Amino acid sequence: MTDQAPTQDIHAYLAEFDDIPGTRVYTAARARKGYWLNQFAMSLMKPENRERWRADEAAYLADWPMSEEQKAAVLARDYNRMLDLGGNIYFLSKVFSTDGLSFLQAVSTMTGMSVEDYSAMMNAGGRSPEGVRSIKGKC
Amino acid sequence: MARITAGVASSHVPLLGVAVDQNKTQDPYFKPIFDGYEWTKAWEKAEKPDVVVLVYNDHASFFDMKIVPTFAIGTAERFGICDEGWGPRPVPEVEGHADLGWHIAQSLILDDFDMTVVSEMDVDHGLTVPLSMMFGQPEAWPCKVIPLAVNVVTYPVPSGNRCWLLGEAIRRAVESYPEDLNVQIWGTGGMSHQLQGPRAGLLNAEWDNRFMDLLIGESEEARWIEHIEYLRETGSEGIEMVMWLIMRGALGKATKCLHRHYHIPCSNTAIGHLVLEPAE
Repeated sequence: MTDQAPTQDIHAYLAEFDDIPGTRVYTAARARKGYWLNQFAMSLMKPENRERWRADEAAYLADWPMSEEQKAAVLARDYNRMLDLGGNIYFLSKVFSTDGLSFLQAVSTMTGMSVEDYSAMMNAGGRSPEGVRSIKGKC
Repeated sequence: MARITAGVASSHVPLLGVAVDQNKTQDPYFKPIFDGYEWTKAWEKAEKPDVVVLVYNDHASFFDMKIVPTFAIGTAERFGICDEGWGPRPVPEVEGHADLGWHIAQSLILDDFDMTVVSEMDVDHGLTVPLSMMFGQPEAWPCKVIPLAVNVVTYPVPSGNRCWLLGEAIRRAVESYPEDLNVQIWGTGGMSHQLQGPRAGLLNAEWDNRFMDLLIGESEEARWIEHIEYLRETGSEGIEMVMWLIMRGALGKATKCLHRHYHIPCSNTAIGHLVLEPAE
């Protein structure tokens, strides 16, 4: 048996992720919490499911073992809340695509900006990393 | 003997696929992006690759949370096109190269890479958008494709160094294939972008361009960039750039840049594109 230390310590690796402002890194902990939320979102890739979903969203959600909080966040299209409850944006994109929203339109709803203001920010070169790299480092 | 003759890096923003499919590539918003690929389209026509090893990530399209392979290689004869929520893109099916795919898969496993081998798979915009950018809208794609899907969604994703090493192993595998084949390797995704949370919309042209600089010539610095740096500097989805390192690793000790393009923005994302060849 060799005595080799891991290349990186998993605890230190994960702890750094909490230091990024306005960002939920999709860690295993979030993935576990959001498992059914994300799997529900995936189900909307099938046209027949999209049809059932559009007909009665609450009834569609009743079939999924999600928390009440998760269901409420989905019905409210509160994407920041969905991220907090373990959602991942690539999965959740199936919900906003079904609503007919583009990535830009849906993503802007998480920033507190209007679609117009967000779009103007992107066209002007996007959000600068200055000041939003680190909470602790304030840089 | 099969050879890796060139490496291509490109963003794979879904909106670019929409622009192609709806004939909007000459609209003022898209024209500067597509103009930067004209050189490559002509070059690809002349190069006529037999096979592209196409490194990309699936965006919760074929793979869901049931199975999360770190590195998956597609060994099918054909790959279908995913319905990502608004119907499949109207692009040709992707023809695989099952024999070379299996050869690479076996070689990589023997070379200590624990690959997931996938024999039935549909591919999403991560793979089809780069094909559209490089080849336009043909009746059939002009080459065979071996999809290599990397998990860059659920953390931990593979390290930059691991990706670079995988690229090196892919090169060894390709070079031990007896048939004369012109093989390219493409690394896709990136550049800076963040699609979630109040920090969404982050772009970092300075960092992106430095990253492109590092892939040209002899530098190996990029393989040591840690995940936290991608997250802080390039947004949560900028981590896709580790896939460019698989391409870079496969090109050997040094590279020469044939073409380079950068544009901000496309939707939420910075577009970056490189054409490299091994310089040995």
